[in-house]
Amino acid sequence: MSEKQKIIEIEVLRYHPEKDKEPHKQVFEVPFTDDMSVLQGVQYIKDYLDGSLSFRWSCRMAICGSCGMMINGEPSLSCQTFLRDYYPARVRVEALSHFPIERDLVINMEGFIEKLESIQPYIIPRETRTLAQGEYLQTPEQLDAYEQFSSCINCLLCYAACPQFGLNSNFIGPAATALLHRYNVDSRDGGKSQRMELINSEEGVFNCTAVGYCSEVCPKHVDPANAVNQNKTNSAADYFLRFLTPKGGAK
Amino acid sequence: MNKRRPYVRPMDGWWRKNPFFVEYMVHEGTALFVAAYAAILLTGLVRLSQGEAAWNAWLSALKNPWYVGFHLLALAAIAYHTYTWFKIMPRTMPPVVVGGQRLPAWAITGSGLAVAAAASAALLGLVWGLVR
Repeated sequence: MSEKQKIIEIEVLRYHPEKDKEPHKQVFEVPFTDDMSVLQGVQYIKDYLDGSLSFRWSCRMAICGSCGMMINGEPSLSCQTFLRDYYPARVRVEALSHFPIERDLVINMEGFIEKLESIQPYIIPRETRTLAQGEYLQTPEQLDAYEQFSSCINCLLCYAACPQFGLNSNFIGPAATALLHRYNVDSRDGGKSQRMELINSEEGVFNCTAVGYCSEVCPKHVDPANAVNQNKTNSAADYFLRFLTPKGGAK
Repeated sequence: MNKRRPYVRPMDGWWRKNPFFVEYMVHEGTALFVAAYAAILLTGLVRLSQGEAAWNAWLSALKNPWYVGFHLLALAAIAYHTYTWFKIMPRTMPPVVVGGQRLPAWAITGSGLAVAAAASAALLGLVWGLVR
C-alpha cells in the first residue's frame, strides 16, 4: 500500500436518552478505502472510536432494510451509499427523519409496525378453498398488477421522505399504503372492502399532497406514491359508488 | 423506571431542508399564479356584463406596463406549473397498458406536455384570428 491512507470526517447526530436533553453533533475521523459504505464507516466508529454509538444493520446488501439513515439530509440505505462519493467533504449522518429518535441512529418504529398490522398484510381469500382444489393460479398480467408493490423491505426511507407524515404521524404513509395496495390488487385476495375503510379514513390517502419524494428515495422501486395516488381514485370511486349501489362503497 | 425517552425532532422550516422540498414548494406556489390569472379573466367577464364602457376600461387597464409585466411572470409560472404537473402525473395514475406493455413514465409525461402545448397553440391561434 503505497497510497496514503484517506481519512473522511463523519458527523453523527448523537442522542443518549439518559444523558442528553436533545441530540447533538459529534465528528469522527474515519480512515477509509474506496469500497467502504457509509455503514462500514459507522461500524468503524463503533469498533475503534466509540463503542457506545448505536445503529441498526443486518444484511449489508440492501435486502433487509435495517440500515436506513439520513445521509447528507437524504434518506438512504447506508449499506449502498459510499464514503468515496462524499470525500473529501464531511459526510453528515442522522437518524431517519420524522421518526422519534430512540438513541443515536436508532429510531422508534412502533408506529409503523402498528400501521403494518392494521392493513392486514396477508391474503384474505376471495373464496374458501380446500387443499384438494390445489394451488391458486395467476396469469403474468395478474402477477404484474401487484409485483412491484410486493418488493417493499420496510426500510422506512419513504416515511423519512414524506413531509406530510412528519407533520402528522397518524398518516398511514407510503410503505403501508403500498403494501395495502399490493394485497388489494392481488387476484387471490378478497379483503379490499375491509382495507378501503383505512384508505378512506382521516389517517388515509388524502393526507398525501403528491410531493413524490417517497418514490424517489425507494431503494426497491416500489413507487409508493403511485400506490397512494391510485387509492385516492379508488377512495373517490368508493365514495360515489354508495349512491349507486344499495350496500356498496364507503362506510 | 423506563429509561426510554424518544426524541421528536421539530418540523420547523422542513421545506428548506431538502432541495426536493424547495422545488415542491415552488411548484405548489406557482398554482397561485393560475388562480390569480383565473381571477383576472373572471373580472373581465364581470366587466363585460356591465357594458361596453366597463369592458373597454378593463381592456385599457390591462395595457398598464405593470399588468403586462405580471402577465409575463404568470406565463413563466404557469409554464413551470404545467411542466411539474405532468412530471408527477405518471406517479398519480393507474398503470396504462398499451399492447401488453406498461407505458413508461416519460411517455405519459411527454404526451401530457405535447397535449398542453398543442392546446395552448390552438387557443393562441384562435384568439389571434379573432383579434385580427
